Amino acid sequence: MSFDRKDVIKIAHLARLDITEAEVTATTESLSRILGLIEQMNAVDTKAVAPMAHPQDAALRLRDDRVSEPDQRDKFQQIAPATEAGLYLVPKVIE
Amino acid sequence: MFNKTVAELSTLLKAKKASSVELTQGYLDRISKYKELNAFISLDPARSLAQARAADERLAKGQAGPLTGIPIAQKDIFCADGWLTTCGSKMLSNFVAPYDATVIERFNAAGAVCLGKTNMDEFAMGSSNETSFYGPVKNPWDTQAVPGGSSGGSAAAVAARLAPAATGTDTGGSIRQPAALTGITGIKPSYGRVSRYGMIAFASSLDQGGPMTRTAEDAALLLNAMCGFDVRDSTSVDQPVPDFTASLHKSIKGLRIGLPKEYFGAGLGADVAKVIEAAIAEYKKLGAEIVEVSLPNSQLAIPCYYVLAPAEASSNLARFDGVRYGHRAAEYKDLSDMYCKTRAQGFGAEVKRRILIGTYVLSAGYYDAYYLQAQRLRRLITDDFNRAFEKCDVILGPTTPTTAFNLGAKKDDPVAMYLSDIYTISVNLAGLPGMSIPAGFGADSRPVGLQLIGKYFDEARLLNVAHQYQQATGWHQQAPKGFV
Repeated sequence: MSFDRKDVIKIAHLARLDITEAEVTATTESLSRILGLIEQMNAVDTKAVAPMAHPQDAALRLRDDRVSEPDQRDKFQQIAPATEAGLYLVPKVIE
Repeated sequence: MFNKTVAELSTLLKAKKASSVELTQGYLDRISKYKELNAFISLDPARSLAQARAADERLAKGQAGPLTGIPIAQKDIFCADGWLTTCGSKMLSNFVAPYDATVIERFNAAGAVCLGKTNMDEFAMGSSNETSFYGPVKNPWDTQAVPGGSSGGSAAAVAARLAPAATGTDTGGSIRQPAALTGITGIKPSYGRVSRYGMIAFASSLDQGGPMTRTAEDAALLLNAMCGFDVRDSTSVDQPVPDFTASLHKSIKGLRIGLPKEYFGAGLGADVAKVIEAAIAEYKKLGAEIVEVSLPNSQLAIPCYYVLAPAEASSNLARFDGVRYGHRAAEYKDLSDMYCKTRAQGFGAEVKRRILIGTYVLSAGYYDAYYLQAQRLRRLITDDFNRAFEKCDVILGPTTPTTAFNLGAKKDDPVAMYLSDIYTISVNLAGLPGMSIPAGFGADSRPVGLQLIGKYFDEARLLNVAHQYQQATGWHQQAPKGFV
């Protein structure tokens, strides 16, 4: 299987990446080649193999439900593009 | 002075034959003298020298540890409070980290000096350092050549003696491959050994930090400071951390070294093969026993990796949306347009490619065929290693199929670039420790790296095996012309 322009435009939208017409052409070509590489995986029958997510197959730890971090909001918001009254500002989403 | 190892500098500092301020200033001068290598993204001499002064006070009080006062270059993937931390990306070109990564915190506690932040492939995605927003790094052995990647700036800095040691991170070979291409020593510990807290995430089930140094002994000293359980990293392992320097001097008589036949087949450069064979002969002289092993699914590691790593990356990099930190597009119509424009402007071509591949393999209808299949192959690749380790104590082979390629040679061919990590990637998939040490030079006089792969949490043995080789040979003492 290979990518066509429509696929690339759809994936770029899912990934929230603007893509220009010229980029669609180059990206379609390079992604198709990478897909060709990836599809070498299909040569192996893995029906009997359990998927492996992590090298140690470890379960996530639980911790006590208590406050462990100090409030650093002001420090963290100093590097934000736009804030007001301790809130992050984004373009209006509700009319 | 600049040819001295961390261990030697540490002795000088403790004997008051040098001060940390002198060392730090000396290295800063060298960094500016060899600026054309482009090994560093940011320097903050005032901050570095303040740390050096504090280290000198600690030395004067006799409260120094082995790394107190030692300047260390930090890969720009580690958040360091008050330092510009870009991860090689335009997306973070204005990001001054508001906190320390655990690795940075541990070096600070040890009294080490942060010498600066090193150049790297954007978000650690690359094998040549050419995807950096800050431009490529040059290989000090030959400035036409790449230093490897993604920890290319750290590798070049250590090779050119711009820093006595540096940190790197390794997701598919990003410590070992640049170490090989620049003739230095680098170790990727077992997955979970070094905390990933504050280490900007690429592929969370594969990423691991580690030291890049000139000798195995120095790597052991840095690893002592870097390893340890951290509650702030949910995949950190609660395993005892030995003193990695304690077993360096042990004899390797009777050690069983496994040679995977798949690592010596087609695709391996003849000049690299010759160097590796000479290293095997050296190990035999040291009393090691050589056995053949097989890693039959090796050829599947690259396709498997290029599903899993981009999948994890597409999810990790979703956080870069222009809301809380980093780049935000100047003009946009609405929220969605702000995300799309911010990300299109902030990420470079290779990062976008991987986000797109990752988004695709995780999307509805393709998840089983790609992502689950890759996770199943990951287990087969891991099982291969476990079987091989029934017959040997360490696995040995080349780190890379060729010596450093030229700048620009593979820049426009992502698949060719991906194949340069053929021998390193499977180690990350399995989560094993892996190491690269200098073992000679190729036909083009560029360095060749020898890879050692160990059992889980057996870093001490890898360092011992590397140290014994470095006691018997002088490849690790070679320096690029024009930098000494």
